[in-house]
Amino acid sequence: MLMKINVKVNGKDYTSEVTPMMSLAAYLREVLLLTGTHIGCDTSSCGACTIKMDGKAVKSCTILAVQADGSDITTIEGLSQNGKMHPLQSSFKENHGLQCGFCTPGMIMTAENLLSENPHPTEEEIRHGLEGNFCRCTGYHNIVKSIQHAAESN
Amino acid sequence: MIPAKFEYIKASSVSEALSLLNKHGDEAQLLSGGHSLIPAIKLRLNQPKMVVDIGKIPGLDNISEEGNNIVIGANCTHHQIATSSVVQGGVNVLAQTAKEIGDIQVRNKGTIGGSLAHADPAADYPAVILASGAKIEVEGSGGKRTIDATDFFMGIFETALEDNEMIIAIHIPKSSGGVYLKFSQPASRFAVVGCAAIKNDNGVSIGLTGVADCAYRASAVESAYNGDAKAAAAHAVDGIEVMSDNFASSEYRAHLAKVYTERALNALA
Ligand SMILES: Cc1cc2nc3c(=O)[nH]c(=O)nc-3n(C[C@H](O)[C@H](O)[C@H](O)COP(=O)(O)OP(=O)(O)OC[C@H]3O[C@@H](n4cnc5c(N)ncnc54)[C@H](O)[C@@H]3O)c2cc1C
Ligand code: FES
Ligand code: FES
Repeated sequence: MLMKINVKVNGKDYTSEVTPMMSLAAYLREVLLLTGTHIGCDTSSCGACTIKMDGKAVKSCTILAVQADGSDITTIEGLSQNGKMHPLQSSFKENHGLQCGFCTPGMIMTAENLLSENPHPTEEEIRHGLEGNFCRCTGYHNIVKSIQHAAESN
Repeated sequence: MIPAKFEYIKASSVSEALSLLNKHGDEAQLLSGGHSLIPAIKLRLNQPKMVVDIGKIPGLDNISEEGNNIVIGANCTHHQIATSSVVQGGVNVLAQTAKEIGDIQVRNKGTIGGSLAHADPAADYPAVILASGAKIEVEGSGGKRTIDATDFFMGIFETALEDNEMIIAIHIPKSSGGVYLKFSQPASRFAVVGCAAIKNDNGVSIGLTGVADCAYRASAVESAYNGDAKAAAAHAVDGIEVMSDNFASSEYRAHLAKVYTERALNALA
């Protein structure tokens, strides 16, 4: 049975019909074609699918699209403003914070949550903050550096 | 990953959720944060026909102070508990424990009610819930009742909740001193072994998680404790059948239980 949902994604309102089994990550990618949100494990371990929902970073593979009805969502596509990259995006670019880039949207969305609660984290706090995000290229060192630089430039 | 087919209903009140549970019996399953249930559904370890979403029921996500208790609604997230000034002021050890669960994203979505109902033998809250002498307020179609924490956890993923009951809130007595120390499984951050120690009128109470098929009160440690942490901690697994899995053998777990109990007692003293 299809169910109707209303969501706001990156400032735009959408109404869609989805099956209860569809994850929010699949909805964003396959229905709204916002493929910046990646799916790695699909079972809440790797963090690649991290988005912001009602102000908080969450793993969208472990939320049903129907649960998100009425929510305000930001994906990696919604971070830049007027064609200008978000400070985290430019910092990842400048500090070689990505290699293959698969984990990057999730890393940035988690870092955004971290910095919104703790604008000047220590290196240790950043490393702890990324507990739920894996980088299979293992580029953690530069990911941490990118987040530090973004925090300093704020 | 495509889960097996299920129907979904968003309940708008506790009574609506309870009547759905009553109507659909075994085939219905409650959904709050979804961070245990949804992966299990995807892996087809759990195949409910009907998912009843209680996540948006008004009033289940409040934290308040009632006399000598802190009352935490079942839908409060780990993040909410970790950052609540009421929890920090009344039972700081619970706020500290919530901060140690999983990762930022899991803490933003997972709830205390879901964690207690799920009763993972390696979950963190049960140790603190037991040591603090908390009571779990539940409601079924027959009305409300409270369950002592010591009667709540019954086995692996098994609790004293009846099929048609749900957790409404957790009532935790305030405490001035408490610690929770865990040896984390490095990938998930679940407790391989976790020990909560809380001061009370008669001395200290100890809750252990990760050690056995469910969390337990280490009464043997409590009665042996007279200031000598090492001697008392030697009783951490008295009468307990210690678990063994690919993370830790039962011998190693028993050792960890003693070490973490000793450290928790020392940290409290
Ligand atoms: C990557 C990862 C790491 C994690 N690490 C940890 C960790 O370090 N420590 C830890 O303790 N936990 C950890 N967890 C588990 C996490 O805390 C879960 O959020 C929690 O166990 C379940 O809460 P939930 O709200 O997500 O419940 P759900 O998944 O929605 O539900 C879980 C079960 O509880 C039932 N239920 C839910 N609410 C109620 C209610 N009010 N009354 C009765 N039954 C109810 C559901 O029917 C279901 O059977 C981790 C999870 C993930 C995905
Ligand atoms: S794809 Fe969601 S956590 Fe891995
Ligand atoms: S950059 Fe390749 S997975 Fe992180």
